[in-house]
Amino acid sequence: MNSFAEFLAMGGYGFYVWTSYAIAFVVLLLNVVLPIMQRKQLLRQLALKQKRIK
Amino acid sequence: MSLIPAPIVRFYHRMASPPHFYSFSEKLMPWLIVCFLLLFIPGLYMGLYLAPTDYQQGDSYRIIYIHVPAAWMSLFIYVVMAISGAIALIWRMKIADVVLISSAPIGASFTFIALVTGSLWGKPMWGTWWVWDARLTSELILLFLYLGVISLYGAIEDKRTASRAVAILALVGVVNIPIIHYSVQWWNTLHQGPTVAKAGKPSMHIDMLIPLLLMATAFKFYYGIAMLQVAKVEILMREQNSQWVKNKIADVMEKKG
Repeated sequence: MNSFAEFLAMGGYGFYVWTSYAIAFVVLLLNVVLPIMQRKQLLRQLALKQKRIK
Repeated sequence: MSLIPAPIVRFYHRMASPPHFYSFSEKLMPWLIVCFLLLFIPGLYMGLYLAPTDYQQGDSYRIIYIHVPAAWMSLFIYVVMAISGAIALIWRMKIADVVLISSAPIGASFTFIALVTGSLWGKPMWGTWWVWDARLTSELILLFLYLGVISLYGAIEDKRTASRAVAILALVGVVNIPIIHYSVQWWNTLHQGPTVAKAGKPSMHIDMLIPLLLMATAFKFYYGIAMLQVAKVEILMREQNSQWVKNKIADVMEKKG
């Protein structure tokens, strides 16, 4: 492999290779980002509830 | 006399306590991330760039570095869920419930990735996106088992009953795991046989094998990271009325002012 374009082409299989990697990347990223966002939201909710009780 | 060494028993009891598990997972997180990156980045670089082109499949074979580790994880996570289910049912360990249910979305994701990347690899190599053969069908059943665990847990209001139900489902579904593994040997199929996990030496060039093992190990650490993130939400949800969660929230509020 001597150029970046050739690297991207993946010997003609670029579509299949890069789609595979992209789907895996997005799915795995969501599995970490979504629970972090959920936890922050839950902590905010619980904090509000605690304030109201006090 | 106990057969299990005392430090392991102590560790088990500490981990069984939700606040300890919560703070332990927070302390463990940076190490998991470092280990993951140290394996994942070289794994990607070697797999996509350094590893030689396959003499039969050209560069399409590079999908292997996602496909095979994802498929291994789909089996591994299911086994973890079944073991957690057994521990939860026998010893009523709360954290085992949490590990089981927190693993399900990640297991489902890896199964989905294995199926989709397999399809994207099958199209140029076999000439078809999908065949109803033993390997592909049993892996699809695995996806339905994961989705079954997630929806069963969501459907039952009382979380203690829900936990017992999913533990039983996880245990029953474990029969599918050896079927998936041996499917390529028991039935004739388009899917190739094992090249790494078999008796004798792996039939794969070492320069191709190393990135595969790096990615497979990186995915194990990724599983640890993602599962603990889900587990923390699950624990906070379940323990929201307990004192340690209230103290934690008070701390957060104080920091924000």
